[in-house]
Amino acid sequence: MKTVYFDNNATTKVADEVLEDIQPYFSKLYGNPSSMHTFGGQVGIKIREAREKIAVLLGCNPGEIIFTGCGTESDNTAIKGTLAAYPQKRKVITTRVEHPAVLAVCRDLENQGYTIVELGVDKKGRMNLSELESQLDDNTAIVTIMFANNETGTIFPVERIAEMVTARGIIFHTDAVQAVGKIPINLSKSSIDLLSLSGHKLHAPKGVGILYVRKGTRLTPFMLGGHQEGGRRAGTENVPGIIGLGKACELAMKNFDEENKRVKYLRDKLEKSILKKCPDCMVNGDAENRLPNTTNISFEYIEGEAILLMLDKFGICASSGSACTSGSLEPSHVLRAMGVPFTAAHGSIRFSLSRYNTEDEIDYTVEKIPPIIARLRELSPFVAK
Amino acid sequence: MWEYTDKVRDHFFNPRNVGEIEDADGTGEVGSLACGDALKLTFKLDENGRIKDARFKTFGCASAIASSSVLTEIIKGMTLEEAVKVTNRDIADYLGGLPEQKMHCSVMGREALEAAIENYKTGGTKKHELEGRVVCVCFGVTEKEIERVIHENDLTTVEQVTNYCKAGGGCGGCKGEIEKIIERVQGQKAKEKIVAAPAKGQKLTNIHKIQLIQQTINEQIRPALRADGGNIELIDVEGNKVIVAFRGMCAKCHLAEFTIKDVVEAKLREFVSPDLYVEEDRESAEQPHHHRG
Repeated sequence: MKTVYFDNNATTKVADEVLEDIQPYFSKLYGNPSSMHTFGGQVGIKIREAREKIAVLLGCNPGEIIFTGCGTESDNTAIKGTLAAYPQKRKVITTRVEHPAVLAVCRDLENQGYTIVELGVDKKGRMNLSELESQLDDNTAIVTIMFANNETGTIFPVERIAEMVTARGIIFHTDAVQAVGKIPINLSKSSIDLLSLSGHKLHAPKGVGILYVRKGTRLTPFMLGGHQEGGRRAGTENVPGIIGLGKACELAMKNFDEENKRVKYLRDKLEKSILKKCPDCMVNGDAENRLPNTTNISFEYIEGEAILLMLDKFGICASSGSACTSGSLEPSHVLRAMGVPFTAAHGSIRFSLSRYNTEDEIDYTVEKIPPIIARLRELSPFVAK
Repeated sequence: MWEYTDKVRDHFFNPRNVGEIEDADGTGEVGSLACGDALKLTFKLDENGRIKDARFKTFGCASAIASSSVLTEIIKGMTLEEAVKVTNRDIADYLGGLPEQKMHCSVMGREALEAAIENYKTGGTKKHELEGRVVCVCFGVTEKEIERVIHENDLTTVEQVTNYCKAGGGCGGCKGEIEKIIERVQGQKAKEKIVAAPAKGQKLTNIHKIQLIQQTINEQIRPALRADGGNIELIDVEGNKVIVAFRGMCAKCHLAEFTIKDVVEAKLREFVSPDLYVEEDRESAEQPHHHRG
């Protein structure tokens, strides 16, 4: 059975071009870039080239890029590293819809005695900027707000937020894991101090991320050890991962507008067709300000995991905000923060596309979904007969 | 991805006895949309008092649907005396096992059955009601229900209790209480301790005392306040005086002085030291409140 992959906000396929580029670094060119010999040193040159390619996509200086192990590490480093650099400041401002890589860190900091402010969102997932402004004070060390939400795709106006925050002498960090490669970013023209990125969300391998650190930003290192990354992140480089990420950024730059336009067309077609064919559905998030590849649809009166399992039977991969596990029995914290009613929050499904999706896959999925929804509603005690 | 048995998959993809019996002898409804799963069970008896037909409607995940389906299969042909003895274990065993975190689905099946039988015995008048004191407010789980899953499934940790009946899986504010119920039911078998309370009479250093106060606030107090849109912050400790500030809903609540402060004081005395007393830092409470929900 063919796999139809609509879960690209979870992870993406490694691009063929990336895979081809990185293969020698597992077998033939396995040297350590820190070594003094040519065998290792030639790998160091490749890392430098990768850094330059990534800098082009982000519109920053290559020296402002630190390679990390993943997006989560970048987020942890940004927040904890800033607090360590400004020990007299004890307050962190974030939102209620952040990824756990930020939220869990903030909650842990709260337990250590820091003041954490979690800003709410409206029913479309949008922020109230004047509320943020009223919270900024001399005690605030860092404001961390995501570029685009992983569950709904809603884009926050981070450029404006960054200006507002940094004007007060406060560090601004953004988790841009879902945004990079999907919406244009030019860091040289923005006030963002710190930005997290993850390789495997844009067709590079898993196990590599970056933290952009604006030149001159004070940040205490998180990982201690060797002198890699100019002493800002110790640990031997993930050489194939870094080179792959460089290639992936180069690919994202190429045909950036064209590809995202095509993905948006497919996403819109999928969304419209589902809404047309299935009753009692709604789209979650801000339709006007949204990533081109993401749609989050609530199917009322049924539960997300059951929908996913039925889709899985047809090889269709999607994800659900509802976890239904003991760890988090409540449905998606993002949808709850938006005030999505329980009737809809439990049955939310996220479809996230990539450049590798085809129109045939959309048509196939649109054909399979309505009977699945109808079947589960037959089973549900909450739907009128 | 859950590792479901073939039996679970079979009963999810091909559920038996879906529907609702129009003139049912017994009807049991448990769960709710808010809880994430709900089950409506109806049954009809034959002239010998055996369950002739049983039907279900379920809102929930694959294991909730599969558990409901096998429940109807299990009870068909049983007398009510036999049916009342069906446990959540029987449902899980019939399915060849359920993932630990999904055991609450089997418990929901047993609860619905119990409710339906009760409904029959009271002549169809009595609907399922929560009996006894509610411990987990998020999911409406009573002390009696928690005791029962502990007893029937030989549970020894709070995490297990959450897996089996969801209690403690929302805000987490009742975890301390669940722990006490486990201790009461299981005695020596209960092992997990949330807060390591100091041995009685042990002299605390200032550092240790502050750490324990912060830990008690983090684990025993904050989760419950958060569930109601509030929060608490430890401002300072001076000798035995613990200065805290309430945020969000707690800061606005005029009863704070009589309720929340007392609760905090009681918890701190229980878990840290009986000499502690709490004072509220009014000044910082006037700061813009936090946004929690």
